[in-house]
Amino acid sequence: MALEFILERYNYWIVIILMMTGLYIVFSRGNLVKKVVGLNLFQTSVFIFYITIGKIVGGTAPILIGGHGDEHGDTHKGADGAVAAGAGHDTAAADLSGQDGSSANPVIDLNATLSDQGGGLHDKIANPAIEMKPNDLSVSPPVGGDAEAGAAPSLHVEPGKISNSFMDEAKTAFELNPSPDSAGAGHADAASQIADAAGHGVNAVTDAAAIIYTNPLPHVLILTAIVVGVATTAVGLALAVRVREAYGTIEEDELEAADHIAEFGVPAEGQA
Amino acid sequence: MSGLISQLPVLPVITPLIAAPLTLLLPKGRVPWAWATIVSWLTFAASAALLHNVATNGVVSYHLGDWAPPLGIEYRIDLANALVLFLVSGIAAIVFPFAYESVRSETDNRQSSLFYGAMQICLAGMLGVTITGDAFNVFVFLEISSLSTYALVAMGARRDRRALTAAFNYLVMGTIGATFFVIGIGLLYQATGTLNMADLHLRLAGQDNRVIEAGFAFIVVGIGLKAAMFPMHLWLPNAYTYAPSVVTAFIAATATKVAVYVLVRFFYSIFSPDFAFMQATFAYVLLPLGVIGMFVASLVAVFQADVKRMLAYSSVAQIGYMLLGVSLGTKAGLAAALVHVFNHALIKGALFMSVACVVLRLGSHANEAFQGLGRRMPVTTGAFILSGLSLVGAPATVGFISKWYLLKATFEVGHWGVSFLIVASSLISLIYIGRIIEMMVLREPPESGPLSAPIKEAPMSMLIPMWVLVAANVYFGLQTDLTGGIASAAADALMTVGGAR
Repeated sequence: MALEFILERYNYWIVIILMMTGLYIVFSRGNLVKKVVGLNLFQTSVFIFYITIGKIVGGTAPILIGGHGDEHGDTHKGADGAVAAGAGHDTAAADLSGQDGSSANPVIDLNATLSDQGGGLHDKIANPAIEMKPNDLSVSPPVGGDAEAGAAPSLHVEPGKISNSFMDEAKTAFELNPSPDSAGAGHADAASQIADAAGHGVNAVTDAAAIIYTNPLPHVLILTAIVVGVATTAVGLALAVRVREAYGTIEEDELEAADHIAEFGVPAEGQA
Repeated sequence: MSGLISQLPVLPVITPLIAAPLTLLLPKGRVPWAWATIVSWLTFAASAALLHNVATNGVVSYHLGDWAPPLGIEYRIDLANALVLFLVSGIAAIVFPFAYESVRSETDNRQSSLFYGAMQICLAGMLGVTITGDAFNVFVFLEISSLSTYALVAMGARRDRRALTAAFNYLVMGTIGATFFVIGIGLLYQATGTLNMADLHLRLAGQDNRVIEAGFAFIVVGIGLKAAMFPMHLWLPNAYTYAPSVVTAFIAATATKVAVYVLVRFFYSIFSPDFAFMQATFAYVLLPLGVIGMFVASLVAVFQADVKRMLAYSSVAQIGYMLLGVSLGTKAGLAAALVHVFNHALIKGALFMSVACVVLRLGSHANEAFQGLGRRMPVTTGAFILSGLSLVGAPATVGFISKWYLLKATFEVGHWGVSFLIVASSLISLIYIGRIIEMMVLREPPESGPLSAPIKEAPMSMLIPMWVLVAANVYFGLQTDLTGGIASAAADALMTVGGAR
């Protein structure tokens, strides 16, 4: 058990070993460049520590998966955007209900995007709204879902995930309102529920999509820390260069001896 | 105009941060200095307006890029950091105009735009540390100010090459401190999942486990290194001694104070004194280290043969007073610490500025240079004596107010022994300051050697800012409404921060 406990946390051991190695080099080496190297090791251990914090077992890299993944922001943005998408859907639903089921054009337009993204789920949604309007919507999934999927990419929400959860919500909503006349109201309900689901944030979205991302925030933080580390290294090495120019050496004991001679005119005790 | 007012909280940071790279485009010579001076005044105006705003309207919260906290970065300004902002930008607004002659004589003139650029970045970093309400943001700004400080210290190499090794050691220790701080932040993030200070406070409440204790320890050690807390002060004497005089005056008055502020902010706004380990830290770490620091550093200062180095050790001792105030864990103690942060900045700023005047005329800050200075540079001597007395704690100066608040705070908790030690260590400071004053006033100027050449008084461009700061020493010693009143209110707000949000 104890061995398992230790082995399971191997990345923390790496962090600790690197950290101690780095600090030891900083304290024990007299060469200024080696000190900078030690500092670098020390900082690298912290980078690994932060990445360990962000790691979720079974999670993928925090890069959004799906056709539009490349244009989207981080998950926080996704959660915020989802609320906006809910609101957007509300208006879309209102428009569609005004047209009372004869909204073939927008539905077909949106269909192309949708079939890429969440086609599998649509089959599961057998709701009365479709059955009431077979002629118009026979080739298309539910209106609410369409509008949502259409709205989602334009609002920079990860479409695969968001629309999936929206589908579930929409399905419930339609089941609650089987009457064709209240299809518009059903959309509004769906919209409000979508907003709720979005309010639950990343968790609800991720569950629906069954994609687990590692936490991106530590990665962002450590990118900043890496930049700081690079700057520190640069300044440290630049100082080492200047020390070399001024003293002709970068060994700490020789620097101290030179300073001692400069100050007192004689070598320090115990030195030749 | 109203748009500018709503953006007021970000102005103190953004003004020097944008102005600094522009400085590099300016021609060498006087122009970068003038530009930096104007920027520092604008920054000071923004900070003063912000302090006024916070004092009348209460806490200001500014969301950077309109991202709502806790996800976005929040600038959260209450009385405590408004006071430190006012202090740091105020010192900058006095030191920057003072700088021209001194910098021209001590650093390479071709680097003047680089020098003033680095000064502004340093200012922006310290203001950022003070103003932000995001724990990781503190680290970023801390490193922005530290990195430019390393470069500034190294610029003293033209006069003394030991500035290079001093800067290198400062870099090594400062980086270790900053990295410890990041580890602490990482542990807190692991325990809570947030970086916003107010949010951290809410989520930490009631938690008590090893992760938080370890995070706390890393943060205290990391910031302690930056603040030159007693056993971790080894970088400070050399860095202060060999840096260009203006840089010393600026960072001695601001950098360690900002670090002490960060410590206070973490103690009260993120952790709270309810934590058992906080009480232990106060009683067994900060209090003893503060007292030992006060004595050891003061005693070391007595035996220095160099005024700048003596004042540097004195700074370490003064940090001890501040930590002592914080470690009492009472409102009065915290208020005393904040008052001393403010007052000590005024004292050390003025003292190092008078040393800068001496260095300009005599090219040395060894004790011998101060012999008989009363006859050769009477105005500078007057400034040194007044601010020196303020350091000791003579009545009608800010030093007296600091000691008074601190003594009152120790009486309140019944630490009679500690009160005695405060008075005793003040007497040591009387010895080392008195020694220099005796040299300046009573001794004859050296009759031979390089220091005996006839000299003039320092130029007006240096005397006026220096005396402004000396006058502030006396003014705030008589008018305690601003410092004492705001510090007490700030301490009040910090102690009750749990209910504030």
